Amino acid sequence: MSQLTARERAERRLGWMLSAPAVLVMLLVTAYPIGYAIVLSLQDRDLRFPDETRWVWFDNYATVLSSPQWWDVVTATVLITVISVAIELVLGFALAFVMHRALVGRGLVRASILIPYGIITVVAALAWQFAFDPTTGFVNAWLGIDRVWFAETWSSFVVIIAAEVWKTTPFMALLLLAGLVLVPQDLLNAARVDGASWWQRFTRVTLPLMKGSILVALLFRTLDAFRVFDSVYVMTRGSRGTETVSITGYETLVVRLNLGLGSAVSVLIFLLVIAIAWLFVKGFGANAAQQRGEV
Amino acid sequence: MEEETPLTSRLWWTIGALAIAVYALLPVAWLVSLSLKPAADIADGSFIPTEVSFENYQAIFTDPQFPAALRNSLGIALISTVLAVVLATFAAYAIVRLRFPGRGLVLGGSLAIAMFPPVSVIGPLFDMWRSIGLYDTWPGLIIPYMTFTLPLAIFTLSAFFREIPWDLDKAARVDGATPFQAFRKVIAPLAAPGMFTSAILVFIFAWNDFLFAISLTSTNSARTVPAAIAFFTGSSQFTQPTGSVAAASVVVTVPIIVMVLLFQRRIVAGLTSGAVKG
Repeated sequence: MSQLTARERAERRLGWMLSAPAVLVMLLVTAYPIGYAIVLSLQDRDLRFPDETRWVWFDNYATVLSSPQWWDVVTATVLITVISVAIELVLGFALAFVMHRALVGRGLVRASILIPYGIITVVAALAWQFAFDPTTGFVNAWLGIDRVWFAETWSSFVVIIAAEVWKTTPFMALLLLAGLVLVPQDLLNAARVDGASWWQRFTRVTLPLMKGSILVALLFRTLDAFRVFDSVYVMTRGSRGTETVSITGYETLVVRLNLGLGSAVSVLIFLLVIAIAWLFVKGFGANAAQQRGEV
Repeated sequence: MEEETPLTSRLWWTIGALAIAVYALLPVAWLVSLSLKPAADIADGSFIPTEVSFENYQAIFTDPQFPAALRNSLGIALISTVLAVVLATFAAYAIVRLRFPGRGLVLGGSLAIAMFPPVSVIGPLFDMWRSIGLYDTWPGLIIPYMTFTLPLAIFTLSAFFREIPWDLDKAARVDGATPFQAFRKVIAPLAAPGMFTSAILVFIFAWNDFLFAISLTSTNSARTVPAAIAFFTGSSQFTQPTGSVAAASVVVTVPIIVMVLLFQRRIVAGLTSGAVKG
């Protein structure tokens, strides 16, 4: 190891000094609380009965994992995640193609799709809820039917997924567009000259070249969709079998004040999110860090 | 498709563009329409109001709850934005320009936090904030907002910083400037557009958040708009305040629409550079 020069040492020190505040804040609000959550999850701790706190080790996890209700919640969350992300991918591609190709109204399209992205999720959920509401809404009138959408499980899912897809497809589309513009036009022209149809050019040229951006877009959206809370909470409060894992966590912790059980739920959600990320990175080779141009 | 003449093909893409605009704007137009309906027409099920009234807007601004929530939302979102962008600027500069052990760890750690489920920390934060007196205060929300937007800000800023002509920085250092002077006098002005872009993204996150807002606040002293609106809805079982909720929703959507119209290029650049190119 060669001796560091004074300048190199100064550079190291400055590097640490400049990163320290951001790193400390991130550790304080995520690493420390998740550690604390793990501790809480091993205790029988209820804020309504603070004097009865005691260590129960893995009892909370056993309670959660053996309850059929938890597995229903996980199933509902996975269902919402998979269906919304699948629709978003297809619709996102359509939007990206239009933005890529439309010469007229490109600015209009870009500005308008940023509105779903930027609008408050709660507000978007309320707009969809009011639209499907049998008394205030226009959807039943337009479809000529008389349905109470939030009275049944499947129709509640339809509205929840529609709201989720509407709000988040623009983000997907922008990520896909960023990948789409990097596909060399020469390659597409060459394929066209060779007689490839539109579909062949898409599946054989465009898609393989966009693999990286597609996987990153899917990874980010899947993790995001799995944490879905705002729209479901506003529209159904988790009734009719629409409860998601985040709602379970919130209800147990903040409403029922059962910190022990709620923390076990939180830790399980954290592990599930890690598992999804691991699946994408190891299983599909989505190297988000590399995609992000990390040195 | 290739058999089509360019003109018809162009027409189709334009129709597609219009369809997207309708898709994006329909729910917003619906909220505007609902907010303008007088109480008697709320349940008429019509997309376009037959009669226009501003009574809902009057109602939300006379009630003390909504103006308080608006003040909290603006204050908390702006302070979080400034803090997150300042801290992220330091970190991003260090990551892009300086060689120090642990640089990869900062980036990797930020990436991990970008994927972190907020619901996993609300319990501990709820408990911690109550014992140290941050529950139901502005800092109680500013701290988590800042944290969860730091990764986004760091990535966006690193992406912008990589585009800066660093020769200027080198030149300044050759001329005898310390690394910190080079940062402050030469790079900071060039970095301003990137900082502005990440500021918009951070603001949108903080303005949008619901989970922390309902978990860590309870009264008008720190409750932000999304939380206030959501609980406004459930406040009465008999008369749904749909009109007022719609009016409040329109009011808080206006800043977003203004930002989107003014800064659309920057927002798109920020979202995609942070997420794809790096």
